Amino acid sequence: MDDVSILGVATLSKKFGGVTAVQDVSVDVPRGGILSIIGPNGAGKTSLLNMISGFYRPDTGRVVLEGQDITQMKPSDIAALGIARTFQNIALFSGLTVLDNLMLGRHVRMKAGVLSSVIYWGMAQKEDIAHREAVEEIIEFLNLQDLRKQQSASLSYGLRKRVELGRALASEPKVLLLDEPMGGMNQDEKEDMARYVLDVNQERGVTVVLIEHDMGVVMDISDKIVVLDRGRCIATGTPDEVQRHPKVVEAYLGTSKSGGRL
Amino acid sequence: MSEDLDFLFALLLNGVSIGLMYSLIALGFVLVYKATDAINFAQGEFVMLAGLIVAMMLSIEGMPLAVAVAVTLAVMIGFGFGLERVVLRPLLGRPVVAVIMATIGLAAVLRGLGPVIFGSETRAVSLPIGDEPIVLGPASLPPIQVAGAIVAIVFFLVFSWFFKKSRMGVAMRAVADNQQVAQAMGINVERYFALAWAMAGVVSALGGIVWGSMLGVDVHLALVGLKVFPVVILGGLDSIGGALVGGLIIGIVESLAAGYLDPYVGGGTKDFAPYVLMILVLMIRPYGIFGKRKIERV
Repeated sequence: MDDVSILGVATLSKKFGGVTAVQDVSVDVPRGGILSIIGPNGAGKTSLLNMISGFYRPDTGRVVLEGQDITQMKPSDIAALGIARTFQNIALFSGLTVLDNLMLGRHVRMKAGVLSSVIYWGMAQKEDIAHREAVEEIIEFLNLQDLRKQQSASLSYGLRKRVELGRALASEPKVLLLDEPMGGMNQDEKEDMARYVLDVNQERGVTVVLIEHDMGVVMDISDKIVVLDRGRCIATGTPDEVQRHPKVVEAYLGTSKSGGRL
Repeated sequence: MSEDLDFLFALLLNGVSIGLMYSLIALGFVLVYKATDAINFAQGEFVMLAGLIVAMMLSIEGMPLAVAVAVTLAVMIGFGFGLERVVLRPLLGRPVVAVIMATIGLAAVLRGLGPVIFGSETRAVSLPIGDEPIVLGPASLPPIQVAGAIVAIVFFLVFSWFFKKSRMGVAMRAVADNQQVAQAMGINVERYFALAWAMAGVVSALGGIVWGSMLGVDVHLALVGLKVFPVVILGGLDSIGGALVGGLIIGIVESLAAGYLDPYVGGGTKDFAPYVLMILVLMIRPYGIFGKRKIERV
């Protein structure tokens, strides 16, 4: 991992039964940048994200955040170190309001634990106000003002994705992992989301790791792109470099022998 | 005519107060299921254990009631925490059946160890509330039933505040909703599992005190726990409001069966009427009145 990287994975592999999900993948995520992971379905993109956030234990390899090895840590501890994520299928807490969802995003910043918050009731109250203010700032940032008290299940698809982004942001992460934040969105919603991702990266200085299928968006906003195919990393580079890479062209468009696989 | 109505009123009043006391115990079951997806077949034995502890404490000469209650609460909270840590945590990620078997085994162990440790005679839990019936209009209730009903109502209010307003309660709902995502929020899921079991301990402690005081404490006190199943099947396994309504319905059905059917058949209908109702509900609404209807993609 070089000096400009904030997060690095080295020779990461994961098998499920006999199926190789990820094989010897190494990625350095530049601090303050947007790194996109692309590849056909089943390429291992989400598996890679799940290993970074601790949901899968890799068979081999390491995940390092700012010099600290986090490979064997629990998801909740990794979240506390500053890696937040969203999920491919929207994963808001459906019975809760938008505000409660966002407040839960603050959970890792809440110092008072289960027992101490019972004992030091007043302290917890004061802390709550600070958290509420932080969440209010995110509500404004993402234009969610009218939705505070709404049940999250009642929102439109695009709005739910936006709230999920907000919940991840509420933890003030160093690194934000976004798993298809624009999946299933219409063109307007996609443009909004791309704008928010850029703002998150540029205004708030959050490093972003993005999985996305919309090539237009990926080529537009990424600083660096990693291409996975069948669990292996087949290309890494700037959008220009990746687009011209022969293996990428092959994986996406297919050779005359294998036929198109897009 | 008005005598008939008075009789009905008396039956309903009795049913409501008993029903609230069932709800209290069912609440322990629901809290655990909601947060951890575990079905606790030992809920009745929890109540029995609490009853045994409070009866033993009160049998000590000059023991103030408050101290006895506090000790019972503390022991049951510790029991809940300990149980989660020692028995249930190793089963995390195992099939649901493993947890069910573990709680059935636990129930047997508690029923066996209870008499060994505390003796097998039936003990009284005498609360300083007298036994002069409290008259309400044309009917009257034993004071213990009034006290039990009040305790149940207070606990339901406290828990509904907890889950709606408190930070811990909201986090617990998040854990119940989606454990994986809760972890991604930095929520230590296991800690909330432990908290749910400890809360079941609290509810069981109160249940043990009021039910023990009403029925006397021995191994048979655990049988109260069997009533939990019709209550939660009716109300929904994961609904706190459902536990309340389910308890009320079961209490009332029991009371009406005892008042109207028993004289014709020579008694005993109140013991099985709730289960008949449970089976009917299972046929019509398998997820209960307030339970979440799970939509599964196949």
